[in-house]
Amino acid sequence: MNPDSAQPSRIVSSPPVSVRSADADGRADAGQMPTDARQGIVTEAAGVALRSVTKKYGPVTAIENVTLDIPAGAYCCLLGPSGCGKTTALRMIAGHEAVTAGEVLIGDRVVTQLPPAKRNTAMMFQNYALFPHKTIWQNVDFGLKMQRVSKAERTQRVGEILELVGLSHTADRKPNMLSGGQQQRIALARALVTRPQVLMLDEPLSALDENLRVRMRGELRKIQQQFKLTFIQVTHHVEEAFSLSDQVVVMNHGRIDQVATPTELFNAPASQFVAKFIGDNNIFEGRVSRTCRINGIESVELTVEGIGTLYCQGSAALNATAACSVRPDLMQLDPVLEDLAAPSTETNQVPVRVVDVEMTGYVTRVSLIVEATGQTMLYKARTTDWMGAGISVGQPLRATWSAEDCVFLPS
Amino acid sequence: MIKLLLTAFFALFVLFLYGPMLAIFTLSLQGPDGALTFPVRSFGFYWLGQVFQEQRVGSFVESFQRSLWLGLAVVAIAIIVSVMASMAFRARFKGSLALFYLTISSLVVPGVLISLGIGITFQVLDIQTNWFSSGLGAHLTWTVPFAFLIMLGVFNRFNPYYEEAARDLGAGEVRTFQEVVLPLILPSLIGIALLGFTLSYDEFIRTSLVSGQYNTLPLEIFGMTTNVTSPALYALGTLTTLFSVTMIAVGFGAYKSLSRQ
Repeated sequence: MNPDSAQPSRIVSSPPVSVRSADADGRADAGQMPTDARQGIVTEAAGVALRSVTKKYGPVTAIENVTLDIPAGAYCCLLGPSGCGKTTALRMIAGHEAVTAGEVLIGDRVVTQLPPAKRNTAMMFQNYALFPHKTIWQNVDFGLKMQRVSKAERTQRVGEILELVGLSHTADRKPNMLSGGQQQRIALARALVTRPQVLMLDEPLSALDENLRVRMRGELRKIQQQFKLTFIQVTHHVEEAFSLSDQVVVMNHGRIDQVATPTELFNAPASQFVAKFIGDNNIFEGRVSRTCRINGIESVELTVEGIGTLYCQGSAALNATAACSVRPDLMQLDPVLEDLAAPSTETNQVPVRVVDVEMTGYVTRVSLIVEATGQTMLYKARTTDWMGAGISVGQPLRATWSAEDCVFLPS
Repeated sequence: MIKLLLTAFFALFVLFLYGPMLAIFTLSLQGPDGALTFPVRSFGFYWLGQVFQEQRVGSFVESFQRSLWLGLAVVAIAIIVSVMASMAFRARFKGSLALFYLTISSLVVPGVLISLGIGITFQVLDIQTNWFSSGLGAHLTWTVPFAFLIMLGVFNRFNPYYEEAARDLGAGEVRTFQEVVLPLILPSLIGIALLGFTLSYDEFIRTSLVSGQYNTLPLEIFGMTTNVTSPALYALGTLTTLFSVTMIAVGFGAYKSLSRQ
């Protein structure tokens, strides 16, 4: 198998460009989002910054000394497992959570002490928090009413935004009469109608079923581009973060592990945690035994117990403990075992055995075991390629990958 | 078969609940020759009319009015106090848990002691006990803790994101309460009103020593058992029960129409 054909997981974790077609299969319950942008509704986006922000709940530290810059007009996803502090960070930006130390900036304004309504932000809550006793119209109108906007302008703006999300006909209904996708659009309309500079979204897609989620993802992205707003979204869903974001912020235990574009994150996770969290990476922990140059690029030789030496690009101090990772789609499986005796700095190789094969559609997932250490590994191939490879369960193989595809993970 | 047995059991239970009242109902619907005990001599509404004849049964109408006003005042105060207290409790201030336990344990203090305590306190302060002052206080010791418990349950299930969403959209604390919290807890407030009124309307022990010169309805009825010797007493029981049932029906109707939204 050649390296070019072995990149099937890009089909699953698609870049932002490809999702915009995902809303093409509109269902009747959600209707279609009209495509014309209403220039009148557009406001100026503002960037958001956290400066050494810490949040403590009594003795528990939820956010520790976090500094982050989100550019104006970016779609930013705060990504991480539950309890990593991503929601707390979002709520501090929105003003629903007080900051223990540090500063929050929106545009060039310090808003640390301001209440939510004075920050020019709007929040779309998890499960939307639409007021159940108010009609759709009253829900969307609420923010404008609180801002004492004139009756005539309110009528115009609410009508306009309901039309934009394609739900004018639901104006007199109560939220519980709407489908999940419709409720999500109303929540979006309610947040956008006040013309915020930054829109905050707390797990906006988690209440929807899989198909609808993919479609609403496309619509969120479209609205963000149409309104040219800064969107900050909390999610624990890697695919969602990849497909939506200009900027992904991976959080872990109240700290930021990596800020990167989805492609950077996918190709070069910065830590073991990130490599594990974004999914299926094969990680080897070891010790730096040599630094060298491979093809003129600064590289590291890692000695991994039971496996031998692995080469990856990067720089590190000698004898430091570290790890390296390789994506399951960037390896090759070679039935020819004879090269095993001769390690090379160009190609990493590990003897493995096939444990299990799972055909999941486009992609076939192959579970491998490194028999010397008992470590399990994952290999992903395009199903079409795998079917032609003629490899069977139990077969001993040689897993190989280049130093270039091997990501160095300092610890 | 089992279903039949269970149904029969439940029917027995309901009979047990209403049996005593059935005797009263039957005996109140007699002609002028009716007596205090079975057998029923003739059917008629004579004694229901007699209830409103003051000379026969004491001042039923006034005591009914007192109990009605007392019940309404109790409902109003219980709602305001329980909503405020439960909102305070929700904010989890220091010592709130201790206050919670104190509130709950006040319910197990024997009612007659509370009545005695209120009476003595009023005596020490040299204030005349009265149904609308000391009597009202006695009723509140009974109704407010219950109302508070209900409100705690209500706010326990209340999604705080509704309030956050309101604040996010620019509503201040007052507007948030007006526009979001109050409409959402309104059905529960009807429930509290219903319970508060019922508890107050037939409260006897706590009121017994502090109602002052004028009796509430339950005290009046109790007084009558010793000096009224005609079925008018039963007729009064029938009428007040009908009134309670009407109030409950109205309350449920309001609750249903409000929570349907």
